[in-house]
Amino acid sequence: MTSKSNLERILEKGDFAVTSECGPPRGADPEIIRKKGKLIKSSVDAINVTDNQTSMVRMSSFSSCIILKEMGMNPVLQMVTRDRNRIAIQSDILGAAALGINNILCLSGDHQKFGDHDTAKNVYDMDSIHLIQTVKYMRDEGKFLGGDELKGIPKFFIGAAANPFADPFEFRVVRLAKKVAAGAQFIQTQCIYNLDRFKIWMEQVRERGLHEKVHILGGVTPIKSLGMAKYMKNMVPGMDVPDELIARIKGVDKEKRAEEGIKICVETIQQLKEMEGIHGVHIMAIEWEEMVAEIAKEAGLLPRPSE
Amino acid sequence: MIIGEGKPIKDILVMIKNYSKILLIGCRGCVTVCSAGGEKEVGILASVLSLARKKEGKEIEIREVTLERQCDPEYLEEIRSFVEDYEAVISIACGAGVQFMAEKYRKIPIYPGINTNFIGVTEEQGIWVERCQACGNCKLHLTGGICPITKCSKSLLNGPCGGSADGKCEVNPEVECGWQLIYDLLKEQGKLDTLEVIIPINDWSTSRDGGPRKIVREDLKL
Repeated sequence: MTSKSNLERILEKGDFAVTSECGPPRGADPEIIRKKGKLIKSSVDAINVTDNQTSMVRMSSFSSCIILKEMGMNPVLQMVTRDRNRIAIQSDILGAAALGINNILCLSGDHQKFGDHDTAKNVYDMDSIHLIQTVKYMRDEGKFLGGDELKGIPKFFIGAAANPFADPFEFRVVRLAKKVAAGAQFIQTQCIYNLDRFKIWMEQVRERGLHEKVHILGGVTPIKSLGMAKYMKNMVPGMDVPDELIARIKGVDKEKRAEEGIKICVETIQQLKEMEGIHGVHIMAIEWEEMVAEIAKEAGLLPRPSE
Repeated sequence: MIIGEGKPIKDILVMIKNYSKILLIGCRGCVTVCSAGGEKEVGILASVLSLARKKEGKEIEIREVTLERQCDPEYLEEIRSFVEDYEAVISIACGAGVQFMAEKYRKIPIYPGINTNFIGVTEEQGIWVERCQACGNCKLHLTGGICPITKCSKSLLNGPCGGSADGKCEVNPEVECGWQLIYDLLKEQGKLDTLEVIIPINDWSTSRDGGPRKIVREDLKL
């Protein structure tokens, strides 16, 4: 064990892990994050908190993680390299570790163009792979990037993202290999709707033996409506929603589409459970956190092992 | 070369609103090639400003000059004998030229007539595109001669982010994904293995972060 993370413990034991995530509020009200946490708590092993996703300014991932931790949850601190240079990044890593956060997900982050502050300057002092290296270096070498000794080592279970649905497709597995070489211990993938393409990617992953070096958690997001499915297909770069899936949602009555979306999600999880090299699922129920428990239950993932 | 673009006329008119005798100076360097600040643009800008001022009923005298370069002291000297005959100077050289002019002639206010945009190339007649951010630490040997710092909207060094789709960047469907371009080129050359190696965290101290950069060549100094 490299950390005191519940997620690491479960994955190292060889259990099929369940994680979910919640987006912090657009304001200072801690009740919003507590409410989301309460809905998800007993259905997951760890919970991600997004870091100003789509570049909309929100309560920090760091403070939201602390709120969830106070509720007895195992938070995953998402950290993007868009807004912080290496000084701020290392400082936040130390602060998070000091307050008992032990999972980190290293991301480059959505471009500021998508958010409500699109005239901002981005930082990108480092990329997501460098962030993985930074956390690993601090943890394993006990030093700052600058070379000075740390007083107190931040013990993190290090995660990263992979998107098998972005282009160029043949490079996606190379990018995963680089993240693993950098020190990633778990991977959460982009939402899986195109299982055929995901299976091809997993074959490439196994060919390189990466599934034995890193815990891959398949990402799923339940579709709420036809509008959401179309939005994901057409408006979100790097998202692959096949036409058959749109047709399936369209094929049921409007009031039953959310139910169908849940069903698709559960079926996807069941396929992922059978796939060699998949060690868990990451359920991203975007502003629909109340469904995580039902999805986990329907997919036979409950009860979760206690800490 | 350095690519620039004329400032809006209304902005220039505000800068010179209190003057009636102006020296307008172009540059025969980069900004001539990108049609932003050469002799031709000096002529056009002078006419437009004169007409606008005439309309306001506040006529203006503009002398037009175009120097070989505004980034070399020897050419800047060519205006010394008459520059103080004017109330203000508009330079339509790049930002380097405007600043050098301001340093050399401290008594006269110098105003920029163009915006300096980037170091780029003429992709085709009338289309200029950025190629280099002058980070001072060239990595083109690792990336097939295509710069990820310039071409990737996030300046990522280790491959495309998850927003690369159909060769386009997540930021804008008009923008090509720089890493797709790098990938395609290295694939054509049979050198995809280059991309398996992690390019380490960058040293930005050679970039814009440490104040104005300076190169001293002892072998060339007089």
